Amino acid sequence: MIVIFVVLGLMVVSSLWTVMTRSLVRSALGLALTSVILTILMFQLGATMAAVFELSVCAGLITVVFISTISMTKALTHAALLTKTRDRLKRYWYLPALLLVAGAVLAFVLSPLPFEAATPVPAAIDFDALKQMLWKDRQTDLLGQITIIFAGVTGVIVLFKERKGGQE
Amino acid sequence: MPLVFVLVPLIALLAINLPLGSLGKKLGFPTAALLALLQIGAVLFAPGAWANPSDFLGGSVRFAFSADRLSLLLLLSIGIAVLGALCVARYLFRDSKSEEGPRFFNLTILAMIGMNGVSLVSDLFSLYVFLEITAVSSYVLIAFERQKEGLEGAFKYLILSAVATVMMLSSIGLFVLAVGDTSFASVAKAVAEGGGDWVVLLAVGLFVGGLFIKGGLVPFHAWVPDAYSSAPAPVSVLLAGIVTKTTGVYTLIRLSGSVFANAFHLNLVFLAVGILTIFVGALAAMWQKDMKRMLAYSSVSQVGYIILALGAASPLGAAAAAFHLFNHAIFKGQLFINAAAVEKQTGTRDMDQMGGLSARMPLSSWTSVVAFLSAAGIPPLAGFWSKLLIVVALWKAGQSGFAVAAILASILTLAYFLMLQRKVFFGKLSERFASVKEASLWLVLPALILALVSIGVGLFFPLLWDTILVQVAGI
Repeated sequence: MIVIFVVLGLMVVSSLWTVMTRSLVRSALGLALTSVILTILMFQLGATMAAVFELSVCAGLITVVFISTISMTKALTHAALLTKTRDRLKRYWYLPALLLVAGAVLAFVLSPLPFEAATPVPAAIDFDALKQMLWKDRQTDLLGQITIIFAGVTGVIVLFKERKGGQE
Repeated sequence: MPLVFVLVPLIALLAINLPLGSLGKKLGFPTAALLALLQIGAVLFAPGAWANPSDFLGGSVRFAFSADRLSLLLLLSIGIAVLGALCVARYLFRDSKSEEGPRFFNLTILAMIGMNGVSLVSDLFSLYVFLEITAVSSYVLIAFERQKEGLEGAFKYLILSAVATVMMLSSIGLFVLAVGDTSFASVAKAVAEGGGDWVVLLAVGLFVGGLFIKGGLVPFHAWVPDAYSSAPAPVSVLLAGIVTKTTGVYTLIRLSGSVFANAFHLNLVFLAVGILTIFVGALAAMWQKDMKRMLAYSSVSQVGYIILALGAASPLGAAAAAFHLFNHAIFKGQLFINAAAVEKQTGTRDMDQMGGLSARMPLSSWTSVVAFLSAAGIPPLAGFWSKLLIVVALWKAGQSGFAVAAILASILTLAYFLMLQRKVFFGKLSERFASVKEASLWLVLPALILALVSIGVGLFFPLLWDTILVQVAGI
């Protein structure tokens, strides 16, 4: 149980970093990291299939798509960035408060934690179940995932590699 | 072993991207063309060899690919359309020093792997994975030239595809929740037994909605004209000919036939969306000045016929839909090749500026006539038979009103294609185009071969009916 709370804590930290960081690329990588931690959490809770799906879709393809899109954007100047930050703080100041209230309400409503009464939670990641899922049940998807990553890399090369003569 | 349709292109792709210097660049076209030819040959000459699942190491590794007659028909269409697009690309990207050719061939092989996977999988999540491979390759192909128009087309496609992705993933999540598995067999069982289960109903609705976006059906068709017209010529051939037909149309034929089989009166949705798509696409096509945009709207309209056939909710309707998908790959691929030839030779796609080009480009003109007559359903061309099957399937299913509407819409098809032919090829030759010559053999030959396929399939239809379509109807 302690392991689950540690992983859960890591996921909260990683999510916060994702939304707080000013660099879009770091934010995309933070999202991928959050997905990976969520995957570990799912494995620990015994939801192997959901974990495989989460890992393949969110940590794999979505990151490639985000990084590709971000590559097309231009950084703001320091002054513009400051204005934007101030504006954002003015407009969305209530969101952290809302999050805290929602968290407190959920903790109250769901107490005692539901998975205490559910099926016993495995203490560690069940690697046999993971192996079974990846190599027995979802081989077809693995082949597809490899191809998707290849497609993403090819896409980034085609769209973002500088052409001869310095033209971008 | 159907795995070869995915694994061989993947190995070939890796091989041509090894650091081989200029040799790797030269191998792009021959490798991609050979893959397409092998695929056509494998389907035509060994159709019985692909039914068994792909086992390795004595069955300890098993890939859940399987190919029935419907899959084979799609694999054949993919092979033909890819070959047509490659010929156009071989001519347009002929500069051996440029990186464009090798990159295009890489992306085409990737799209081919994705489409082949879509045709062979028997699991909703695997289907999603291979749809994404095709989609990612397509985004890059549309934006290939990195011009504003292409980037805008790719962006629209990306955004709408993302919505489709969210819908399909949500649906898969709901199926995992309700069924515990995403294989076609388990989902089909759950849908058949589901009755009024709202979770299953929502999951079916979300997945079908996602596929409607992928297929460019009305009212989700906004991305189609931009993507098709802004993409480079070989990409338009590929996209209009086969890519969207695989991702959004074949998938609907497959799922409506054996997985979501007439779940929750889905056929009524197909009838409504199908007829709306036919008319909106055809009417919009009539107002276009840009040749490729007209063909794009025509593509929307023809997809409507395929979906309308599914509304018959019968094996005959499914066979008619699959046959029209194949015919569409032939005649629309051919029309986009003709459009590429005209654009290359005249430097414009504006039909108001053209006229009389048949005197200068006779082969392109007459192959275009064959393609539009087939698209409009004029006998004895292939398109006539598939449209006749669609009408018969609807009539037999008691949907006589929709059958009549489908026939009337064919007149609209004929009307906008006649306008295209008159504006581009017939009439008085403009002085501006007095020095225009027939396009290169790389553009004329594929159009000629596809025209012969349209004529041949039309003439030998009874043979095809007995050997392929009856078995497709058994899906």
